[in-house]
Order: sequence, then C-alpha cells, then structure tokens
Amino acid sequence: MTKMKVNLTVNGQAHEVEAEPRQLLIHLLREDLNLTGPHIGCETSHCGACTIEMDGKSVKACTVFAAQAQGADITTIEGLSEPGTLNVLQESFREHHGLQCGYCTPGMITRAHRLLQENPTPTEEDVRFGMAGNLCRCTGYQNIVKSIMAAATELNSAKEAAE
Amino acid sequence: MIPAAFDYHRPQGIEDAVAILQAHGDDARVIAGGHSLIPMMKLRMAEVPNLVDLQDIESLKGITVQNGRVSIGAMVTQHELITDQALAVAAPIMREAALQIADPQVRYMGTIGGNVANGDPGNDMPGLMQCLDATFTLFGPDGARGVKARDFYEGAYMTERDDEEIMTAIHFDASTAGYAYEKQKRKIGDYATAAAAVMLTKDGGTCTSASIALTNLSDTPIWSQTAGAALVGTDCSPAAIKAAVAAGLDDIDPSEDNRGPVAFKYHAARMMISRAISSAWARA
Amino acid sequence: MNDLSPDRAERSAKLKGLGHSRKRVEDQRFTQGRGNYIDDMKMPDMLFGDFVRSPYAHARVKSINTDKAMALPGVIAVLTAKDLEPLSLHWMPTLAGDKQMVLADGKVLFQGQEVAFVIAEDRYINADAIELVEVEYEELPVITDPFKALEPDAVVLREDLAGQTSGAHGERKHHNHIFLWEAGDKAATEQVIDTADVVAEEMVYYHRTHPCPLETCGTVASMDKVTGKLTVWGTFQAPHVVRTVASLLSGIEEHNIRVVSPDIGGGFGNKVGVYPGYVCAIVATIVTGKPVKWIEDRMDNLMATAFARDYWMKGKIAATKDGKITGLHCEVTADHGAFDACADPTKFPAGFMNICTGSYDIPVAYLGVDGVYTNKAPGGVAYRCSFRVTEAAYFIERMLEVLAIELNMDAAELRAKNFIRKEQFPYTSAMGWEYDSGDYHTAWDKALKAVGYDALRVEQAERVEAFKRGETRKLIGIGLTHFTEIVGAGPVKNCDILGMGMFDSCEIRIHPTGSAIARLGTISQGQGHATTFAQIMASEIGISADSITIEEGDTDTAPYGLGTYGSRSTPVAGAATAMAGRKIRAKAQMIAAYLLEVHDGDLEWDIDRFVVKGAPEQFKTMTEIAYAAYNQAIPGVEPGLEAVSYYDPPNMTYPFGAYICVMEIDVDTGTHEIRQFYALDDCGTRINPMVIEGQVHGGLTEALAIAMGQEIAYDEIGNVKTGTLMDFFIPTAWETPTYTTDFTETPSPHHPIGAKGVGESPNVGGVPAFSNAVHDAFRPFGLRQAHMPHDHWRIWKIGNDLGLHDDV
Repeated sequence: MTKMKVNLTVNGQAHEVEAEPRQLLIHLLREDLNLTGPHIGCETSHCGACTIEMDGKSVKACTVFAAQAQGADITTIEGLSEPGTLNVLQESFREHHGLQCGYCTPGMITRAHRLLQENPTPTEEDVRFGMAGNLCRCTGYQNIVKSIMAAATELNSAKEAAE
Repeated sequence: MIPAAFDYHRPQGIEDAVAILQAHGDDARVIAGGHSLIPMMKLRMAEVPNLVDLQDIESLKGITVQNGRVSIGAMVTQHELITDQALAVAAPIMREAALQIADPQVRYMGTIGGNVANGDPGNDMPGLMQCLDATFTLFGPDGARGVKARDFYEGAYMTERDDEEIMTAIHFDASTAGYAYEKQKRKIGDYATAAAAVMLTKDGGTCTSASIALTNLSDTPIWSQTAGAALVGTDCSPAAIKAAVAAGLDDIDPSEDNRGPVAFKYHAARMMISRAISSAWARA
Repeated sequence: MNDLSPDRAERSAKLKGLGHSRKRVEDQRFTQGRGNYIDDMKMPDMLFGDFVRSPYAHARVKSINTDKAMALPGVIAVLTAKDLEPLSLHWMPTLAGDKQMVLADGKVLFQGQEVAFVIAEDRYINADAIELVEVEYEELPVITDPFKALEPDAVVLREDLAGQTSGAHGERKHHNHIFLWEAGDKAATEQVIDTADVVAEEMVYYHRTHPCPLETCGTVASMDKVTGKLTVWGTFQAPHVVRTVASLLSGIEEHNIRVVSPDIGGGFGNKVGVYPGYVCAIVATIVTGKPVKWIEDRMDNLMATAFARDYWMKGKIAATKDGKITGLHCEVTADHGAFDACADPTKFPAGFMNICTGSYDIPVAYLGVDGVYTNKAPGGVAYRCSFRVTEAAYFIERMLEVLAIELNMDAAELRAKNFIRKEQFPYTSAMGWEYDSGDYHTAWDKALKAVGYDALRVEQAERVEAFKRGETRKLIGIGLTHFTEIVGAGPVKNCDILGMGMFDSCEIRIHPTGSAIARLGTISQGQGHATTFAQIMASEIGISADSITIEEGDTDTAPYGLGTYGSRSTPVAGAATAMAGRKIRAKAQMIAAYLLEVHDGDLEWDIDRFVVKGAPEQFKTMTEIAYAAYNQAIPGVEPGLEAVSYYDPPNMTYPFGAYICVMEIDVDTGTHEIRQFYALDDCGTRINPMVIEGQVHGGLTEALAIAMGQEIAYDEIGNVKTGTLMDFFIPTAWETPTYTTDFTETPSPHHPIGAKGVGESPNVGGVPAFSNAVHDAFRPFGLRQAHMPHDHWRIWKIGNDLGLHDDV
C-alpha cells in the first residue's frame, strides 16, 4: 500500500496529495480535497454523478485512478462559479426546475458546461444525446433539457451583446 | 467499488512499456482509457498487480490519412475519432459507429486500442475493423508486426496478441464505399444486442464489393465472407439481402443473456444486417 | 406604524403562497455542489464499516474465520451474529410484524445477505479486509418461485418460525406462507361472477423492481461516551421512527438519541425501513466510541435493500353484456422475499391493495392476498407505490382492458361507462374506502380531447391494415389509464407504523421582526418541502414564503412525525402546517384587536393583515403583530407568537388522473418510440405548479423504466441477474420522451387547504399507461396479456407468438 505523490490542479489551485495509486480520483477529490460536490451513485461507471472536467474533457472521476491524474487540470462543480453565486447554467437550472434531490446536479451541470463548449447552439436532441452519460431519478430530464437550452440561449445572447 | 492495490508505472516510450510487461509477465497489464479495465478492477474481477499507463507515449497518438491509407494511434479516443475532420472524409463509418459507443464521458477517455485489443465480444470496434479489413500493429520484445483484424480474435478475451505485446496502431484503407453501422441496444451506453457493419461499392446499379461484420453475436466479432459475397453482382434487392442475411446468420452463434434469448438475437441480427445493407446501398 | 397599502394582487403575489410557481430555496446549495449528503460527512477519528455478503441465495453458514481480516493493519473489528446475540441485535423486528436477521445467524436466505460487518480505519482497508474474511457455506435448495414455495415438499426457508402456525397477520397455512389478508365480500363476489353475463379472467403480474435512488443508503453513527448521547445521521425517510426503533433496540432512552436526516439523494421508499447497516454502525460506534460510517454500493442497494412489487394478481371481472361492471375478484400471490420487511402501516400487510376497484363504481368485490417467503431480498413496499397502490392500479387498469377485449368494446368507452360519478362523492367503495372527492368524467373527456382520441383510433386502424398488407412493420398502441390514488396515511385509528399513529406535525415560531421558522415531522428527499411548505404557511399567516425557513429531519428539534413516503407530506404535514398557521393567526387576531383597540370579532383577515371591518384604513400587518407579540404586555395573552399542530387526518386523500400514451412499436426489433404522453393529474389544491410538474415528469420516467425494461431478475438458483446499472434499466435523457402535463383541480373536502398530494401518482398511473400501450398495439392480433417489463425481446416475443414474423 505504498503511496505516491500526485500533483494536480483543481479549480485553479495546485495540490500535492499523497495517494495510493489505486485511489479513485472521485475519492481523492471528495476525501482529500474536501470537494464533495461530485457524488458517487454506482460502481460500474454508468450513472455520471461523479462527472468532472479533466483537461477539457467530461470525465467520470470514479473511473480514473489518482495516479492517472498526475499532472491533470481538473474542474469540479465548485470551480464553475464564484462561491455563493450562481453562474448562467446554475441560475437556469434554478429557474426551470432542473433539479429535485440535487444528487445528480453537480455532475449534470459540469457535463452541461462542457456540452455547451462543444456545441453552443444545441438542439433539444443534441442536449438529450449529449447528456446521456448522466442519470437522474427525480426530474425525468425534461426540465434539465429546458434548463440547458435556456442557458445556451442566454450565453449566446450575452456573447452577441458583447461582440 | 475499491480495487485491489497495485504498483503503477507510467513509461514515456513504447520500448519502456514493453520492458515492464516482460519484467512482470502475467502480473502486468496496460491501461489505455481505463473504461473497460478500471470497472473490472473495481469489481475485483481483474487483478492487476502492475498497471502500465500508456497515456504519456506520444507515438500511440494521432490520426493520419495519407495516400489513401488511414493510420490511427491506439490511444486515440472515441471523441477524437468523432471530431477528426480528415477521418470523417476518409472513413465516415468510424464516426457513425463511435457515436453509438457508450456515452459522452466514456467517449472522451475510451480509446480505439482499448476497444479493439482485449477481445471483449461486446465491443463495437473489432467487428468494424474486420469490415474495414484493418491491420493492427503489435509491438513487442521482438519489434513490430502486423496482424489482420480478421485473424486477430480467437475467443472471448483471447486474441493473437502475446502478453508482452502492445497494440500501437490500427491501419486501413480510406474508402468512398457506401457504409452503415446499425446497432440495436437497450439504451445509450449498452453493448449491442446485435450490430452490423457494412461497406459496399456500387457500379451502375450493381454491387461490386461488400464487407459485412457482426458484433456481439458470438464470442468474437464475425466477418462473414459469405454474407458479403451474396451481395456481389446483385442490385441489393430484397432477395439478395435475404441471401446475405441467411449467410450471416449461418456464421454467428449468439448466447442468451439479459438482452434476450438466442432466437431473439438471431432475429435482431437479421434486422441489423438487412437495415445496414439498405443504408449502405443508399449511400453507395 | 402603518404600511402604505398596495393593491391586493400585489400583496398576494409578494407572499408567493399557494398556487405560485415559487423557485426553490434548495437550489442555491444543490447547484453549487454544496448539498450535505451522508457520504459528505467527515468526523474526526471516523471509522468505516461494510459487509461481507453471501454469494448464495440459500445456505447454511458453517463457519466464519476472521483471523486474516483482523490481521490486516487498520482493521478494528469484525462483527458476526455471535457478537450481536448478547445484545439481542442479531435479529431485529421489521415494520411488518416479522423479524429479520441483522447478520447471518446459522444460514443465509438471499444472495447479498449480510454475513459479517467489518470495521476499519478507511474504506480501502475495509474493502481489502472484506476479501479476507473466510466463510464456509453449505448450499441448500433455492426457491425463487412463490407458487413453488407453497408446494407441500418445498424446503423450509424460515426455520426460525418452525412450528408457528400464526404470525402477525393471522394464520400461516404453510411453512413458507406469511399471511392471508382479505377484504371485501368473498361470497357475494363469487356469486356475482358465477352468474354474470360476461367474465374476463386474467393473471396480471407486476414484476419485481427496485426504487434505485441515485444516492444509496448510508449512515454515520456516533456515540459520545462522555455525554452518553448517540447521534445517528442517515438516509432516513422517517427519522423519528428510526429514533424510536433505535431506542427500543439499544435500550438507550430516546432523549439520549438524536437522529438526523441531512440532504437525501432520492428516497422513493427505499429509505423508509431500518437496515442491518444502520444497526451494525450503531453497535460499532457504541463498542468503539468512535463515529462509524456505512455507505452501501449500488450492487448492495439493488441486491439487499427494499425492493418493490412482485405481485401475481389473478383477476376476474364480471359485467353485463353492455359493459356495466358488476363484480371484481382478485387473488394475489405476494412474493415477499426471505423476511416480511414491507414498510406498510401495521394493520395493512398488503398495503392499500384494496383500492383495486380503482376509479370504477363496482358494487361487490373481493381481495385475498397470500404473502409468501422466497429466497430473495426482503421488502416489497417501495418505489412511489403508496403502499401497493401501484399494484392495485396496474391490476384494475389491465382488467379493464381485458374486459374490453371480452366485450369487444372500446376501452375508453368502457371506462367512462363505469366511472364513479361526480355526484356519488364521497363514495364508499366495495372494499370500504371512502373516496373524498373526484370528477373523473371531466378529466377523462379532457384527456381524450387533448390527444385527439377518435382520430388516433382511426389512424391506428389504418395502420393495422397497412401492416397486414405488408406496407409497414410498425404498430401504434394507445395506452389508456384512469387511476385513483389513496394517499396521506393516515388516520391514527387505523394507520400506524410500529405502533406510532400516522399523524404528522408542524411547529411554527414567528420572530419579532416578522420572519418565521417552522419545523415539520416530514423529510424531503427532493420534493422541495423547504420551498412548498413555506408557501402553505405564507397563505395562512400572511408572511412571505421568502421570509420563512422550513426545517425537517433533526429529531432534537422537529416535532414527532412519521416521515415522508406514500405521498403523505402534503395531506398530513401540509394540513398540520395550515392548522398551526391558523393557530398563529388566531393569536395574531387577539394581538391585532388589542393594538387596534377593537373586539376580535370586529376584525377580518386580508391576505397579510387584520383589517377593521368597515374601516379599511385601520389595519395591522403580520409584521407589526409579530413585533407586538414580543414588545407589548397584552392582558390575557402570553408573549411570543408560536404554535404547534399534530394533525390526525380524518381520512386518506384520493388524487386521480387520466394518462394517455401513444406508442409506435417496431414488431421486428421489439423497440418502441413514444410519440406522445399526456398526463392529467388532479391533486386537489395545487401548491406549486412548477414542483407538481417536476414530480409528474420524474414519476412518469420511473414508470417508463419499470414498464419498458427495469426488473430485479433472478435465475433458478437465486443469483441476481440485474444487480448493476448495466442490466438494471434506468433510462437516460435519450430514451425518455417529452411529456405533456395538464390538470384539473378537485379539492379534498376534508383537508384544510384541499390538497391531496401528487408525488406518487405518476408512477401509479404511468406504468399502466405504458403497458397498456404495448398491449393495445397487439390487441387487433389477439393479444390479451403479456407480462412486463416490455423490453425489446419480450415485445418481439409477443409478435413472434402471434405469428407476426414471417421469415424475412
């Protein structure tokens, strides 16, 4: 059970953590760095509640070893907005009732964030397909899709206004 | 949920990686995207005392299309297969198939090498590679060798690759052939209930070549030579498709599982083959 | 000090009370990932506990060797039944009058059953230690079929009950039999059926599934050896009941036990009962003096915690030639698994299955339910079921369809012909329930019109012809359902959980500067109580919902309640909230009278203030009254402004709905596409339309999963075949359709604000709607009944059995 030093950047801050190579990234984030936003919902990489951003990719943190994350640049839900304030996506989820128990929400919003980088003007079909790696039991997805579509519209008009 | 402990290696070059495999034999395995291996390790269904992480090996990355030949590094992710513009022109079937694999997060990490090398009969790329008549480059202690996809698979999780070899790249010809990847599955993220990859060429209303491969309908992917042959020289009429389907069904040996009984698998196979042929014909 | 008086609509809007789609206060923390779920908890010196579980469905435990596990550095202890026996904790009582093993006591009875509890310094060491515990098993014959379980030579499962010919619910007629529960009039019903014009008979199976909330079950238990106080945080849908049970089991008095439900990531009935994990964590903390956390994996959750359904319902429905239903007979074989741990009110071992006459005016009916033991996980009542109402609704809605086939009648028309009419409410059913209110015909007509029902039937008929001509391989199914729910358990005189009457409670305290805090005996798992109960209060006491904090889940501060499940929060705690609010207002009236120097009776309530009758410029707002309560010495009136209500509901409530599902089915692949899903819900007074819509979307999606592929399946030797999310079907956003929601509003006459509750209705009505769509598609070809789930291969099999697959 020899530990190794893992250096990684999380939400803009550099960290050095002592971890067993087998430690799952989700546990490193939640236990060592106290970032309990990403959650655990299964052990077979299906549910997506653990979704984070790693090096510009949407990644299930339960399926990455700490060792693999050496040198990685990671963003969790906590890093997507200033503490205490809601970004456009978060505000949209609130406005359109895109969450109920909140357990899938960090993973959903983190994934939606990347989805809108991939495709700033998604159709509803694009959103449903692009969010298919995140399960929800409470909402039936309809208002999640609505929230993401509304956020896309808001972000695009803000961009246009800025240009 | 928690895997057993292991020693971790992250070699910078392919020779170093092979050396580690040689040193530890059975006790060492490579990890590519990890999205097949890590779930197995978490359930303690795979024990890997020495994990060899390939992520820093630059020679395993990248897609090139040159002189009508496509070369894809083993560590290229499904996401990269989907977004690569050159590949979209040279082999659009790759994108069509990759979009039907897993989910967005898994596609960011899952690699073509990982999908192709371990002999999991449920994976989508092996059948597709057989359809494309791809060649795999394996690198081992004695250097590099090429093995055709159509010769690579021996049984479930059993392939031509020696324990000390690492798959480094996949190569196939670019093609303007009609193509289709039809996959029936229970939901996004599931393996195929049945899937068919079809490439065919058409000249003045007649099929001049056809390649048909089937996925998750046996303990290996099945490239059905007779199914393809049944289309050549025809106009892909319903009768011709029927013949191709019959030939394809002759080559498969599906198992019962939660997706359904054997009779259903045959029926699903029938539907996927015929629909893939019709789509490919329309695009040819 | 008097406010300027803005117009009434504006004052009302500011309250964000009943009917307002108020945005949720919970979202602030959840969208930032700052929720506080059980696995987020860290305490100094916290240990981690988890189980060695049985791979076998039925086996003797010959020996357990913990030496190797104990030798691993960081392992503190390994508990087995032997260690719990001196504390009498190796078994525990269930909510259904049975007992269940906490740890394997001589044998195991289902795959995944808890055998030993390993306690270690962290979860990684714990996982390694679990692998090192050596258990020797001797396999025994396995029973997974409840009918085979009742055969004379079936192996004895519950050896602990040997010789006991009666249980908590009466006589046991076989060693694997649990109870027979009956309702209605058997003789009269059989008489009607024997002499009826038309009888349709069918076996309707509602298969075993599981609530699978995204967060699994867990607890952190912490015994403070200095103060002697035990604190238990956990995924508890009924924290007060857990406290009482923990006290009874441990011998620690309730005032020294604090139970806290923090944020819960979905409950759906999975988190009502007490699990071995909770008991073992409590024992572990008492023994070690350190906090102990137990969090289960997804496989543990699916294999060992409260499953749902598994009811074999044999029905006979009698009618006249013209389609007037004259009687209903229902015999159920209920597969309860190895222990009867159903989370039902004590007197209802089959829950409210006797609502199986549904929305229909059926003069005589009989229900008999035989509970049976098998080698499967314990449980049965969970998953948005309202205590077996999902089973009852599926049963009657399928029987209506089968009767329609028998009568060669349109199924929508058959329903309309038999609905309880509006004038008949309150309506006493043949099973003895008094339905409070309903207007089924209005809802039904609205639904049929909304989907263009007649045109759909024309299109469907044309499609059948096209199919027969070989022009298409897709059929259209129209799935109809009109369900009646029974929720809001319940009147203390006949509803209790382990002896605790099923009242609920609300305690309100108004602060001097006009904001308020209220605590309830319920606990949200995503339903948005912090948002919606403030709305009820706002409408009662005239303080804006934005100025009201709602707290739940801490048994040290919240008044005793029976928790949240069975859609009971709004009917019961919502009523308590309104009643407590009215007590506040009654005292406020006295204070206002004093301030305005008038008699109480000279005042009338106007949204947020008391106004002198006939002198509208003389008023006191709730804010002013609140201050006065702390500031003034009022003769005969105590200082302060607070009230508590414990509400014993006079009856259950009866929400209802009309759902129509239009589905395209590919006969060759067995795949489906939902073209349209229309859901009309009547939950009485609508507190927050946005929240209601969200509940309906969510419940319908759980119903979609159940009907179209989700199951807990076993092979013949009791191995769970669907123990991970690979095979346990949870649809993604891609497989889930877009729903159209609608409503009518028929208030409950006995509820203080007329509200009925809605959380479970979409699961109750959704499953029959999806399932009936599948059946309806194949009806023209002769299909009567095909068991769920309707996954691809089973739909393919329907077509195959009907001869619809010529060899392509």
